[in-house]
Amino acid sequence: MSDSPFPFGPIPVLQGRVVVVSGDDIDTDRIIPARYLKCVTFEGLAHGAFADDRLELEGSHPFDRPEHQGASILVVNRNFGCGSSREHAPQALMRWGIRAVVGESFAEIFFGNCLALGIPCLSGDHATILALQQAALRQPDASFRLDLATAEIHSHSPGAAAESTQRWSLELAAGPRQMLLSGQWNATGQLLSHDEELVRTAARLPYLAGFALV
Amino acid sequence: MGLEGTVSAGTLYDKVWDMHRVAELPGGSTQLFIGLHLIHEVTSPQAFAALKELGLGVRHPERTVATVDHIVPTTSQVRPFADSLAEEMLSTLEGNCAEHGITLHGLGSGRQGIVHVIAPELGLSQPGMTVACGDSHTSTHGAFGAIAFGIGTSQVRDVLASQSLAMNKLKVRRILVEGHLQPGVFAKDLILHVIRHLGVKGGVGYAYEFAGSCIDALSMEERMTLCNMAIEGGARCGYVNPDATTFAYIKGRPFAPEGMAWDQAVAWWSSLASGPDAVFDDEVRFDAGTIAPTVTWGITPGQGIGVDETVPIPEQMAAEERPIAEEAYRYMDLAPGTPILGLPVDVCFIGSCTNGRLSDLRAAAAVARGRQVAAGIKAFVVPGSEQVAALARAEGLDRLFQDAGFEWREPGCSMCLAMNPDRLEGRQISASSSNRNFKGRQGSASGRTLLMSPAMVAAAAVTGHVSDVRELLENPCTFASAPAETRPVATSPSLLP
Repeated sequence: MSDSPFPFGPIPVLQGRVVVVSGDDIDTDRIIPARYLKCVTFEGLAHGAFADDRLELEGSHPFDRPEHQGASILVVNRNFGCGSSREHAPQALMRWGIRAVVGESFAEIFFGNCLALGIPCLSGDHATILALQQAALRQPDASFRLDLATAEIHSHSPGAAAESTQRWSLELAAGPRQMLLSGQWNATGQLLSHDEELVRTAARLPYLAGFALV
Repeated sequence: MGLEGTVSAGTLYDKVWDMHRVAELPGGSTQLFIGLHLIHEVTSPQAFAALKELGLGVRHPERTVATVDHIVPTTSQVRPFADSLAEEMLSTLEGNCAEHGITLHGLGSGRQGIVHVIAPELGLSQPGMTVACGDSHTSTHGAFGAIAFGIGTSQVRDVLASQSLAMNKLKVRRILVEGHLQPGVFAKDLILHVIRHLGVKGGVGYAYEFAGSCIDALSMEERMTLCNMAIEGGARCGYVNPDATTFAYIKGRPFAPEGMAWDQAVAWWSSLASGPDAVFDDEVRFDAGTIAPTVTWGITPGQGIGVDETVPIPEQMAAEERPIAEEAYRYMDLAPGTPILGLPVDVCFIGSCTNGRLSDLRAAAAVARGRQVAAGIKAFVVPGSEQVAALARAEGLDRLFQDAGFEWREPGCSMCLAMNPDRLEGRQISASSSNRNFKGRQGSASGRTLLMSPAMVAAAAVTGHVSDVRELLENPCTFASAPAETRPVATSPSLLP
């Protein structure tokens, strides 16, 4: 597990080792089983990350393998984070040490939950992600650099020449990208800054004006 | 339309979105006003804690409504709960609601239940609203012609603080369903059929508008089942255009408009439906008459088949579907080509925000009436709310189920996600009226779930294996003591669907 601080401020670049969790449709119940949701804080959720899958694989799950301890970039496949809206899922990943997720596609609520924590989710096509996963599995100690401005990830192995660097193009929609680059991924302040607009919007909604909640 | 004034042309989604637009945010997302914020004990405590840390209050406590559902035991609900963590979660919610002036429909209030069951039955969920809740099945409220979607805890914090969210507009796919569902085929079968064909990620980026003659004929409770599982198809919200069925359901409920306001509400609600000029980003058609009772065999809600079909073989699948199917064969211990009919089950669960309403219990009761739960099967019924429980008791459904060997429980989410003591053990297989068959979903890391309609669950309970409910309905048990038609005892007529 990582000791690095939780995301804060602008996030232009992330650097670290990759952990691959392959498979489509990995739902948030698998990322963190419901029994770990019995809590009133998110502290301590790291141990719940992929808990049942890890139990089943008896130590051979990527999150348990010694070479992946301290990894910060999670690479997944399609529809990662589907199912329950539990923010406990990205919270558990973040507290395990994950600072970015790269995959073929993401469920919407999961993507939004990650963004709200300052964890970018970048996507790439099938061939790109497969190549990235294979490169990471071949060189578990390789360092990867994720550049949000260009939406690229590249690697080089320790001691290797610069020309051996591999590079993959990813995608991140302009909105989330700008939020992360500018450090405004935490929306609360922005939302509160529109006080007058909030009052005006409420005033024109018929169900608030004519038939409000008692 | 602009930010002021009347309802625009387009889809219901467009109209509701435009009315609730607060501002455009840097980066291209929209600040959207949230008309109704529903909260519960699992996804709100950290949001309240964050609010406190930021020194913020709740902007619209009168538009925020709380209940407790996920962690409540369904046997004894006496406080304090035996599970101290569950007790801490409920007392935290009670404290937060008291501190911020939020109404909490708590245990024993007569209004407690699964959040997606109580908001409709109290008349809180209405057409034209935006509804948010820290629960993915918030899509349920789309049945009323609301734009309703699940959010995470950071967003719960944002809605508490600002009554708004940063959102990106979705595309709209119209799902046209024509014709009629056959006897023994329910809204649950329809939505499992839709997800089977459009996939569990087919709806990502879309809102699903359900329309067509089949949808027009559905009751509100059936529409709720349908919209509830839109998220299982990847669509963050699903909705049905409001119509006379919608208005009749809402009228007279505790939070429904009354008098002059009622007429004005109906006029406004009627204007919200997608018009003939509405442009959809996509359209898909289904024929309701061809849909069979549907059962999932795998580990995603998209892995469903008609009860008379066999577990699909890899050669019949798109290449990209094969890896998850292979994983499902292994986990479920089901070989390709195996008939699903006759598969033995261990546990039968009737309940959840998908299928824990009065009509669901009636449909299951019609199968259970005069029959007995098969030997070795644990079968239990968990009403979706205290109100559902009271109405069911008033028409004798509790006794009917108990006479048939089912356990009759107190309301809550129960074994849908197993955050309370109701859970599978080991590799047990459940026939479940809930919404997710994910690995480990029902509380055992190796437990297995077959999703189906409540009537199909009852059929599995009395036979001990997956059965075709149509056969049991064709041959009703003749020695039943209950009257053939159990119409409700009208203790509270205005609350009946």
